[in-house]
Amino acid sequence: MIWTLLRIGLINMRRDRVVQALTFVLPIMFFSIFAFVFGDQRNPATRKVQVAVVDEDRSEFSTAIVKALQAEGGLRVRLVADAEDADRTLDREGAETLVKKGAVPVAVVLPKGLGAHPAFWPSDSQTTQPKVLLLADVSDPVAPQMVLGLLQKVSFTASPRSFASEGMAMFEKYAGPLTPAQQKSKEEMLKRISPTSADSGGVNSGGAALGLATEVVNVMEPGKGDAATISFYAAGIGVMFLLFSCAGAGGTLLEEEEAGTLGRLLSSRAGMRGVLAGKWLFLVLMGIVQLTVMFTWGAVMFGLPLASHLPGFFVMTVFTAAAASGFGLLLATISRSRQQLSGLSTIVILAMSALGGSMFPRFLMSETMQKVGLVTFNAWALDGYLKVFWREAPLLSLWPEVGVLTCLTVVFMLGARRFARRWETL
Amino acid sequence: MATTRTAAGEPALSLEGAAKRFGATVALDSTSFTVNRGELVGLLGPNGAGKTTAIRAIAGRLRLDSGRIRLFGRELHLNDKRPEIGVVPQELAVYPLLTARENLEVFGALYGVEAGSLKARVDWALAWSDLKDRAAEPVKRFSGGMKRRLNIACSLLHEPSIVLLDEPTVGVDPQSRERIYEMLTELQGRGVSIVLTTHHLEEAERRCERIVIIDHGKIVAAGTLGDLVGRGAGGARTVRISWHGTLPSAATFTNASVVFDESRTSLSARVTDVGRDLGALLETVTAGGVSITDVAMGGASLQDVFIELTGRELRE
Repeated sequence: MIWTLLRIGLINMRRDRVVQALTFVLPIMFFSIFAFVFGDQRNPATRKVQVAVVDEDRSEFSTAIVKALQAEGGLRVRLVADAEDADRTLDREGAETLVKKGAVPVAVVLPKGLGAHPAFWPSDSQTTQPKVLLLADVSDPVAPQMVLGLLQKVSFTASPRSFASEGMAMFEKYAGPLTPAQQKSKEEMLKRISPTSADSGGVNSGGAALGLATEVVNVMEPGKGDAATISFYAAGIGVMFLLFSCAGAGGTLLEEEEAGTLGRLLSSRAGMRGVLAGKWLFLVLMGIVQLTVMFTWGAVMFGLPLASHLPGFFVMTVFTAAAASGFGLLLATISRSRQQLSGLSTIVILAMSALGGSMFPRFLMSETMQKVGLVTFNAWALDGYLKVFWREAPLLSLWPEVGVLTCLTVVFMLGARRFARRWETL
Repeated sequence: MATTRTAAGEPALSLEGAAKRFGATVALDSTSFTVNRGELVGLLGPNGAGKTTAIRAIAGRLRLDSGRIRLFGRELHLNDKRPEIGVVPQELAVYPLLTARENLEVFGALYGVEAGSLKARVDWALAWSDLKDRAAEPVKRFSGGMKRRLNIACSLLHEPSIVLLDEPTVGVDPQSRERIYEMLTELQGRGVSIVLTTHHLEEAERRCERIVIIDHGKIVAAGTLGDLVGRGAGGARTVRISWHGTLPSAATFTNASVVFDESRTSLSARVTDVGRDLGALLETVTAGGVSITDVAMGGASLQDVFIELTGRELRE
């Protein structure tokens, strides 16, 4: 008896490709995607933090810092405003623009007077001494911290003479003047120390009380980092579930085929074009409402700054809902049954969401994975929302995302129209 | 080909030499029949005979390999609009979460009923289908018969001249079936031509003015019931003989159509020549040592005609 039941199960599974895909293909696919995403994090060749560096001081010390940062394996240093114009070095405004645009997650500004007063040691006058600024995009919680740590490291190792003489000066200030013999020994010691060193390996910053005076400035929206993070998750989760909703609602086509109402609709003056247009419009409106509810909940419960970003939100929501609706209809027209649609949409949407950044921010992925993610619908939608809520970008700057989403909508609908022909005439 | 024409001239609908194959399967094979104005025609055939394919072709939902369809003399092409036709699918093609009135409103609008007259048409449809009292209820609460009636009503809002019904009474109780035929008769009274496919031979016998029998995509006979019985069954009759006792299994009958009941106390058989075949049957029964208690003879039915023409039962 048990063998008979086992046989039924085996036959059913062997003949049900959707179950096979969900059982075997989906886990492997997800494992592979996350292995690529997180596996690359350990590979410094693929996961380098891009940092813009502005040297306003142009002293021996600041030049040494820049060189040491360039020598760091984990960083990709950018010194020019325009990659194609190597003569135009970055200024503070240019670096801030790069961060705001999302070209780099963090910029280091070495201010004037830094070389004269590196200020490695805490002192009463430290507040008047120049601070190294880190202009950061809080959307990336890792990059600013990584750059800050490396900056402190290279500040010690890049100019050991400055570090030593600053330290001795601090000693004299609080312990009294050196004796002539001590003074002589100090000068001999400083002579032995190279003024600069690009060899930065193996030295730690030595604690938070020491090191360059720094200040991290959130150039995106100072003081509202949490809200920005919430907007990322609202967009990420919102877009993923929008795709699920649209695929599910698009499945009404299959239900109507089974019930016979699709045949009746096709016999009416609506025709297949009318049916698809009507379904699409309904899905678009449903999608707009769904995303609006999601973001409103985020605004009410978590302080998401929706009210101050309404125009951008509206533009992205309309075009995102339009493309997601087309995608849902395409999946429905490809599928032969509700069950097939359910399996197919689960596989495709979860894979797209993982690659496209709904589950794990794309900016934390390797550059390769970020590029791969661009083939997904989610990546463009999320990039648009990020521009609106994080980068405070003007509406016009949304044109690439809006353009791609519009093109995808057209492609999805043309595909759906093509596959829907099977219902029209035999 | 059945080519009865009305005094008005052209038949309302004609299918001429229609052919359609699905791979190796022949669905329609030079199929031709006509429907006159105000006529109720029954399209009969076993499963897979080509009835639904013919209906779909007329409705414009299927591309014929060859052949023509004419509607009031006008030749129809695949993408031509057919506002004169109302198609009632075999499935219950209504939205279960919408009320009866809402279903009628949406399908009326989709079939092109003008907004100004939509309410009046919906009211007519509710009254015609006897659903006025349940107009505001979601359809999912309806009985099978009520859903069937609504299913038909939804196809009539645009006042079609020809109504094609694919198995309109399948799965409904006799009372609801009767009501559906009353509705169709009322519709016919308004001059509407009706074509219906059905498995119910008795219904076709009682209700249809003309019957078209289709098998393997071919029209094997068409005409009134009297025509068909005369043409197909000829003088054939069904004989039923009962007796006391059990007929020995050794008793052999030359008539191949003999069927015994379970206890072998009666049989029924078709006889084509009563004078010749009845005597042989009675002799064989008597030779089995039993005493005959009853002999009953029935006239030829559509069932007999159908078996005669197609060689199989309708429900095969």
